[in-house]
Amino acid sequence: MKILVGVKRVVDYAVKVRVQNNTVDLKNIKMSLNPFCEIAVEEAVRLKEQKVADEVVAMTIGPKQATETLRTALAMGADRAIHIMTDLRTDYMELQPFAVSQIFQKIVEEEKSDLVLLGKQGIDSDCGQTGPMLAGLLDWPQITFAANIETDGTSMTVERETDSGTETIKIPQLPAVVTCDLRLNEPRYATLPNIMKAKKKKVDTRVAEDMGIDLSPRNQVLEVFEPAPRKEGIMVEDIDSLIDKLKNEAGVIA
Amino acid sequence: MILATISRCAVATFRRSHSIRQLSSVITSDVCEDIVHGPLTTFSEDEEMTRDAAKQWAQEKLKPLVRRMDDECKLLPEVIESLFQQGFMGMEIEEEYGGSGLNFTSACLVIEEISRVDPSVAILADIHNTLTNNAVRFWGSPTQKSKWLPRLAYGTVSSFALSEANSGSDAFAMKTTATPSKDGSHYTLNGSKLWISNAPEAGVFLVFANADPSKGYKGITAFLVDANTDGITVGKPEKKLGLRASATCPVVFENVKVDADDILGDIGQGYKYCINILNEGRIGIAAQQIGIAKGCLDIAMPYMMERTQFDTKIADFQGMQHQYAQIATEVHAAELMAYNACRLKESGLPFIKQASMVKLYSSQVAERAASKTIEWLGGIGFTQDLLAEKFYRDCKVGSIYEGTSNMQLQTVAKLMQKDYS
Repeated sequence: MKILVGVKRVVDYAVKVRVQNNTVDLKNIKMSLNPFCEIAVEEAVRLKEQKVADEVVAMTIGPKQATETLRTALAMGADRAIHIMTDLRTDYMELQPFAVSQIFQKIVEEEKSDLVLLGKQGIDSDCGQTGPMLAGLLDWPQITFAANIETDGTSMTVERETDSGTETIKIPQLPAVVTCDLRLNEPRYATLPNIMKAKKKKVDTRVAEDMGIDLSPRNQVLEVFEPAPRKEGIMVEDIDSLIDKLKNEAGVIA
Repeated sequence: MILATISRCAVATFRRSHSIRQLSSVITSDVCEDIVHGPLTTFSEDEEMTRDAAKQWAQEKLKPLVRRMDDECKLLPEVIESLFQQGFMGMEIEEEYGGSGLNFTSACLVIEEISRVDPSVAILADIHNTLTNNAVRFWGSPTQKSKWLPRLAYGTVSSFALSEANSGSDAFAMKTTATPSKDGSHYTLNGSKLWISNAPEAGVFLVFANADPSKGYKGITAFLVDANTDGITVGKPEKKLGLRASATCPVVFENVKVDADDILGDIGQGYKYCINILNEGRIGIAAQQIGIAKGCLDIAMPYMMERTQFDTKIADFQGMQHQYAQIATEVHAAELMAYNACRLKESGLPFIKQASMVKLYSSQVAERAASKTIEWLGGIGFTQDLLAEKFYRDCKVGSIYEGTSNMQLQTVAKLMQKDYS
């Protein structure tokens, strides 16, 4: 089974972003591997260790610096990588999920992948669309928010997280697109020897603009602003005033 | 003597590379690597990834265990195992021997990041990497390297057994002897070492003993001794002010038989090896002290920005601002000195003076940072609710081990005289 894992280079989760000129200021900001993509890589590597998968290919769409992201994936255990170069902003401002999923579609068809593992969403754009769109383009089954995956390389049973509980879905026949949620696994730390060995693994580079895909955004971003600062809570005297406020001020009860 | 030899050939290297730089069209990439003019706080991709790996491991996996290890005066076996698994124990060892083939700067970055969380864990890794591993890499025979380096990379902790009760700064006054057998096939070690870090966990000791006391210090020889050898007794760990989780013990050698094949390098050259390896090892100590200072600021700054008195964040009081700005400036100066010393060493340029300077200075900066941090935190800084008090206790040995501050000042003074003569 050949697995293609999407890895995205995003603003590090610990960074406090600033909005400048109606856009998130990315200058000199620490960038990292998207946490959900990291979970996807971990799952792919585990499937290889269980001998269910025989090759894990990591793919990223991004600028020159995205090679670091690929290197992390390779250090975790991916066999080789594909770098789709582009200087377009990948945080939804320029490159958007529809274009991204078409790029993935092309690579999946070339690579003849049997399983695509993606993070459920990028922590910059929070779209969660690439997985479902890709499945639609490929006409493959999709399972999103996977919290547990069991497969023998032919069929797959996935536990899917929803707001009302866990849903178990069976795909009788691969290929499929699966997006990974937080509880799926705890990613390993890349060891120093593996980080150095990752340098020797094969990385194929392509240019996004040369792939014959329309990369223009489908949606126009009108405004980017920071959320209003959280207002201080207020103390109430008794239950009646609480109910009054919930009813008449907050309007959350009838 | 050694210093003069090292400076002469290093100056020659520098001159050669300097003149090559002027013929810019014929610069090879390795020469270029030596004369890069980027800021000292920028690192290569390898170095950044290495630093990030250490930072993440230390902050996420190590931090929750720090207080417990300090209370129990013991490093947890799973922490040591994790150090090996993550590759933090074989950093500069070549890949063919099971290491990561990283450079000295990378090793120092790791020491700094681990120290920022727990200097006791860092010292185990520092001694292992910068003293033992590198001594074997520099002076070991191919057979010795194949025998020891993989063990050192994969799972064997090492100790550096030099000091004795009567020989600290005056290292050459050591009394441990190594008596050769009649046929010279083995040596018998007799003596007592003191202040040996990691002794209970060590699987191998790098022991300095005199194989010919009639020659004075020129009889000192370095031996790689398996900890399982009969006759070795590791005494009880000292009860210390700081670095409590790092065991510091007496180690007694009573008729310990060591194969002549396990002599590191040449007989009687041990004095040279220990001086040389400590010259560089102390840059690692500087990295530890800088990590301590940064660890203190990591606790102090968020606290000061949250704590209010008189309706003001205490971080906004000018008196406080002046103090923490001063400390941060000194930490920055120390870190530049440390990474410059690393680059000097990597370039084959003279670095002994700079290494002594940074070891001296960084231990002073760490002490100031830790002391101020407790004051800035106020009452809570004085309790064990925060790790600040631990850093305060841990930093004190920085001006003592791997060459006391007075010895560093001596070294710098002697080299200054050389510069001006």
